[in-house]
Amino acid sequence: MIRVQRDDFDIGRELDALTAGRTDIGGLASFVGLVRDFVNPGSGADTAAIHGMTLEHYPGMTEKMLTEIEAEANRRWPLQASLIIHRYGALRPGERIVLVACAAAHREDALQACSFLIDWLKTKAPFWKLEDTDAGPRWVAAKESDDDLAARWDKA
Amino acid sequence: MKVLYFAWLRGRVGTGEETIAPPDGVATVGQLLDWLAARSPGHAEALKDRALVRVAVNQEFAGPNTPVAADDEVALFPPMTGGGAP
Repeated sequence: MIRVQRDDFDIGRELDALTAGRTDIGGLASFVGLVRDFVNPGSGADTAAIHGMTLEHYPGMTEKMLTEIEAEANRRWPLQASLIIHRYGALRPGERIVLVACAAAHREDALQACSFLIDWLKTKAPFWKLEDTDAGPRWVAAKESDDDLAARWDKA
Repeated sequence: MKVLYFAWLRGRVGTGEETIAPPDGVATVGQLLDWLAARSPGHAEALKDRALVRVAVNQEFAGPNTPVAADDEVALFPPMTGGGAP
């Protein structure tokens, strides 16, 4: 299941819902992305403090890409359930941006699929971050290391 | 043809969406970007470094040789930065 929403989500409730009534799930892996208040050291950007960010997306294509990414994870690993929730709009430091969760009979499938989902999402889902910094608003530049992380899942 | 601009491309072009009618010679994404770049100084600024511009045609990622037609929705945007902290 995928959801794109402005509102926050309750991690416990979402994870519980994913496994509710199931007895065939042996492991549930999740990742939560948060808004951080400092710039990555060595990113080349100046080190102005971050007061928040606005996440923009491409309505329609976002849902389509998240659905495709989730389907790909389900093709590669035997998952019993999966979930992607991604927020958009204005977010303050400490707020949740994204939740990815994968449930499987075995932990390794759940952990790997979860890692795959967040890596692919970063480079394939049409979201852009506008940071509100001391030095003014600044669009976050994509990182090559994100491409590298996504590429490690490329099939030979 | 509808063209959408996201993130800093929208700021440089000065609009998030425009409806255009390119001439017959504009049949691919590459030709469309060339034609758009000539529309205004803002368009030229937004499109001057093509390595930073991603394109989707009808919400599918596209390359310079992807065909474009009159009823297509073409979106131009920078590399994506979703997910958690970089």
